[in-house]
Amino acid sequence: MPNDHETLSTLQHRAFDLRIDNLTAITAAASGHPGGTLSAMDILQALFFREMRHRPNEPHWPERDRFVLSKGHAVPALYTVLAHAGYFSRDLLPTLRRLGSPMQGHPANFITPGIEASTGSLGQGFSIAIGMALASKMDGDKYRVYSLIGDGESQEGQIWEAAMSAPKFALDNLCVILDHNKGQIDGFVDEVMSLNPIADKWRAFNWHVVTCDGHDYTSIAGALAEARATKGKPTFILAETTKGKGVSFMEGKIGWHGVAPTAAQLEDAVRELRAAKVAFEAVS
Amino acid sequence: MGAIVKNEPGSTAVASRDAFGDALVRLGETHPELVVLEADLSESTRSKKFAKKFPDRFFQMGIAEANMLGVAAGLSLAGKVPFCCSFACFVTSRFDQVRMSVCYSATNVRVVGSHAGVGIGEDGYSQMGLEDIALMRSLPTMTVIQPADDLETAGAVEALMTHKGPAFLRTTRQKLPRVNKEGYKFELGKGVTLVDGKDLTIVASGGTVGGAVAAAALLAKDGISARVINIHTIKPLDVALLAKAAKETKRILTVEDHQITGGLGGAVCEALAEVEPVRIRRHGILDVFGESGTPEGLYKHFKLDADGIAEVARDFVR
Repeated sequence: MPNDHETLSTLQHRAFDLRIDNLTAITAAASGHPGGTLSAMDILQALFFREMRHRPNEPHWPERDRFVLSKGHAVPALYTVLAHAGYFSRDLLPTLRRLGSPMQGHPANFITPGIEASTGSLGQGFSIAIGMALASKMDGDKYRVYSLIGDGESQEGQIWEAAMSAPKFALDNLCVILDHNKGQIDGFVDEVMSLNPIADKWRAFNWHVVTCDGHDYTSIAGALAEARATKGKPTFILAETTKGKGVSFMEGKIGWHGVAPTAAQLEDAVRELRAAKVAFEAVS
Repeated sequence: MGAIVKNEPGSTAVASRDAFGDALVRLGETHPELVVLEADLSESTRSKKFAKKFPDRFFQMGIAEANMLGVAAGLSLAGKVPFCCSFACFVTSRFDQVRMSVCYSATNVRVVGSHAGVGIGEDGYSQMGLEDIALMRSLPTMTVIQPADDLETAGAVEALMTHKGPAFLRTTRQKLPRVNKEGYKFELGKGVTLVDGKDLTIVASGGTVGGAVAAAALLAKDGISARVINIHTIKPLDVALLAKAAKETKRILTVEDHQITGGLGGAVCEALAEVEPVRIRRHGILDVFGESGTPEGLYKHFKLDADGIAEVARDFVR
């Protein structure tokens, strides 16, 4: 059951801080992926603060719900959410990508608490999530499994091998979310290698398909609730998102896929996010 | 199919894939965490026996090896011990999945590659695992095992039930003569001296071990005293045993049904170059593609049978 103490308003409020911490870490590292972390941030927060049953002080709790970040390059967003949830200190975030830091450039499960699988070679985390969902079914269906995949990642053949296999095993404890931000390193997805029609493809592979606004907590929560209520087949959530969400000069810009902000750009971004937070507090 | 090596007296020849299939069924009884994944080759890899006995713990993944490896990784991270089966060439050619999902995710996945080497015969190069050891051996944390007979296969599978970390198990389609004695205890990482000798050491693994033992008998008739060491665990390698053999016999001949680049021969050269440099001859598939033929015909053609190994050994000590 979701954590109802986390109201949609508290999630929305925290989202500004998460974005600031994420961009601060990427700027400190002087490399990383602002666009795809900001597009995934709200989905990640909704999962870890509301939807999933997990224990930050007991990361290996056997009955925890599992999350596998298949689009591994978005891991600074996941580190940020895990730190805010209590898996480790927020002080670690700016050590991102530094020699000896547990904040590896891409997820490594044997290094960082809360990271369930090592990913970063696209297309692979989704299959790992299927294995976990199968194990859950074997062991009494005590936990659910979530995985976040990317647009560009969906060009990998393994995504479709995996999409074919999960419905065969009726994995209704599995929910795959697409961070549909429409960009990848070399350009817009529609130009590089179009995925359209995406929802039809997943329906044809026998998934229950839900769409949501990946930056609207009510919409995300509704989609996750529908996934939980769906029996007999896995759920695919097509989350409409914006690359670089929350920072006006990054939004929808391909150039912000894999380039870190400068110190001055970070300052602009933080100022904008703080102002937006104040404006949000005024109306809520 | 008959045994490629026929001159092992009193031996019961069993393909290591068969011994593997039987071991899974046996261990499945006592190990509820044992699960098996297959990519449409369950008859060939012999995982079918397990599938019939334990259908709830068998996952037919179709011809999609990349996904199979990832799903196996997920099952392992959730506490299972998955054996992930296909032909050695197909399963190890999904190298990135083995590298990232199996090894770098710190799993206990057992990648099982059957149909090792030219010993598969008629199907030809596309189905032959000939570069698989080189690939698997290069990965950190990976254990690489190639059993030489049925007893060793059973012991290896049992050891893999409790071993921590990922492993690659290489099995054969062809029958292998028994080279170990009844009651044999498999010890991961330990080479086995099958024949003692002082003029050279033949280091063999898997499908070539029986031939190496028979070759030693042929060489004895010519007055050449050949030691034979069976290296069932190619990684981690029993460097101490090999270094002792190098020191005592001065010459090492490696014999494998695999490319000489990166396989057993490569592993032995790398290790001995640092601790006991001696003359080494790497014998196996000499940087060429395999081809179609009978298993016996191919072993003769590539000089992997007793006569061929003895011929290469004579040339080496001359």
